[in-house]
Amino acid sequence: MYAQMIKSEASTEDPKQLKEFQAKIDDNIKVEPRDWMPEGYRKTLIRQIGQHAHSEIVGQLPEGNWITRAPTLERKMILLAKVQDEAGHGLYLYAAAETLGVSRDDLTEQLLSGKMKYSSIFNYPTLNWADIGAVGWLVDGAAIMNQVPLQRTSYGPYSRAMIRICKEESFHQRQGYDIMMKMAQGTETQKKMAQDALNRLWYPSLMMFGPSDAESVHSTQNMAWKIKMNTNDELRQKFVDQTVPQAQYLGLTIPDENLTWNEEKGGYDYSDPDWSEFFDVLKGNGPCNVDRLEARNKAWDDGAWVRDGLMAHAEKKRAAKTAAE
Amino acid sequence: MSKEWPLWEIFIRGQHGLSHRHVGSLHAPNAEMAIKNARDVYTRRNEGVSIWVVEANNISASSPSEKGPLYEPSESKIYRHPTFFDIPDEVGHM
Amino acid sequence: MADVDKKMLTQFLLRMGDNTLILGHRVSEWCGHAPVLEEDIALANTALDLIGQTQFWLGYAAEIMGDSKTADDVAFLRDVWDFRNLLLLELPNGDFGQTLMRQFLFDSYQSILLPRLMKSSDQHIAEIAEKSSKEVAYHVERSAETVVGLGDGTEESHARMQAALDRLWPYVGEMFSSDEVDAAMAAAGIAPDPATLREEYDALIGKVLAEATLSIPDSDFTHKGGRNGATHTEHLGHLLTQMQWLQRAYPGATW
Repeated sequence: MYAQMIKSEASTEDPKQLKEFQAKIDDNIKVEPRDWMPEGYRKTLIRQIGQHAHSEIVGQLPEGNWITRAPTLERKMILLAKVQDEAGHGLYLYAAAETLGVSRDDLTEQLLSGKMKYSSIFNYPTLNWADIGAVGWLVDGAAIMNQVPLQRTSYGPYSRAMIRICKEESFHQRQGYDIMMKMAQGTETQKKMAQDALNRLWYPSLMMFGPSDAESVHSTQNMAWKIKMNTNDELRQKFVDQTVPQAQYLGLTIPDENLTWNEEKGGYDYSDPDWSEFFDVLKGNGPCNVDRLEARNKAWDDGAWVRDGLMAHAEKKRAAKTAAE
Repeated sequence: MSKEWPLWEIFIRGQHGLSHRHVGSLHAPNAEMAIKNARDVYTRRNEGVSIWVVEANNISASSPSEKGPLYEPSESKIYRHPTFFDIPDEVGHM
Repeated sequence: MADVDKKMLTQFLLRMGDNTLILGHRVSEWCGHAPVLEEDIALANTALDLIGQTQFWLGYAAEIMGDSKTADDVAFLRDVWDFRNLLLLELPNGDFGQTLMRQFLFDSYQSILLPRLMKSSDQHIAEIAEKSSKEVAYHVERSAETVVGLGDGTEESHARMQAALDRLWPYVGEMFSSDEVDAAMAAAGIAPDPATLREEYDALIGKVLAEATLSIPDSDFTHKGGRNGATHTEHLGHLLTQMQWLQRAYPGATW
């Protein structure tokens, strides 16, 4: 999903080398940072891992929006721990991207200038407490669906980061569903909040998998490179099939009149999200694009003196130590 | 843009008796802060009893093109592995 | 439990718990907005520790209050005048430097107080102190190191840290202003009279701030009114408005 708009590039490299590289990937041998790799592979990975990292960082904001309003001490701690995990995941992913020869600061600058994207889902607001439940249940649910197969991706550092992330992420979706259960079994107003959250986040969650990529050439190349493990449609179908019974259990209604079980395909038929909205959000016109980038830019700009100050101190100490030796 | 904090590679001993294992990287202005950051970033779930940090540019690595000369010779020395020797079952565990 | 007036003991526990609650809340405001990812993660850990400690302190306070009250009731259903935290901790975060300076000033206090509470005549308090003291030992190490790094960093970081210290200094004295609650706790062997901690505190922060090349202001003036609830700052009400919103707007709901 973070890979929703990734494009790869045509290659001018030595066909023999490319063939050997592909053979290695076909044999499930991991590519490591110092190994030869096609430039397209490197660039695509930097973009994909970078976008994924940015998504984790920007993804802190909609949930962080409720940390100071969490309704109990325990909920506050769980939410804080979860949003902290997102920062950790961003960190692991930036580190994976750094092995490809790009710095975290470079990637950050590209996020802040709007040159690089992050998952569009985080451009939607969290408006009531049930949104925190729905984000965990739906958004993390969709994310996990993409991340689990990526543990087997061909690039070693990326694969290892995903393994760590998946291990940590397993509590995220559960805590979200746990909130949804409390809300759905709660007062009339709490039920209303739960339904409202589902209504607003359902289609944006479906969009997380990206538009249908059945015809995409880039997608084929990325799948051959094992940077992308499944098609967007496969993952979306899997997500719908998994989520519908969970919504039923909660007694909530998925906002799709066309949702029906299709015996033949063994899955649900469902309505597509409004892709024009998706492209609008991608262009910067989502409800929160401006807020999100403003918040990240502010944190970065306001923090410059801190980063510089601590660095300057470390350098002073180093110089003093060298002088003493 | 101002200067980025250096990158550190983090090694954590997960349990008493085990070796330190590479768990990932992070940025820090110096070694002391790198250890503290590692504690906060990589032991959030009780994962460690000891932390090593090494500035990434101080690590020397073997080159992938040397993979053959470095590692293949050992592949033929199969007698180094216990399974090379057939010991009759009656002898018991060895 | 030691033989002591229950109301006095409750006041003491509220002071401990409100301190960690309000500071934990303030620190949690940084989540997603810190200067660098590593600091974001570290601050969240600090906030998590503080809120965890709050559950113990306020949980114990709730137990004494009776009526099957919980730590959540105590945290979310009291008004400004019921809060017993230090004024220092309810002040807005300011910049990262001010947040870390406040953290250091409070961590230092806790790092001196908690080891004494580990010897409290009240077993429950001793246990909470024991658990918290391990966390606080790390907090003070980290905040002290950051204060030194920023104080003795660039010209700008030095100036900001000095400004933070100047801004916060008038709130430090409240930590040591004893009253009848402290006297009762000291008499029962539950907690030390905070006034007796000042010397050790001054030595600790003096050393770190000197290393940070920062000067402690000469003024001894102290704002008071937090730990006895007499006069909080205007900021606390806004903090509670956010923190207590759901509990207040939807009474009786289970979350």
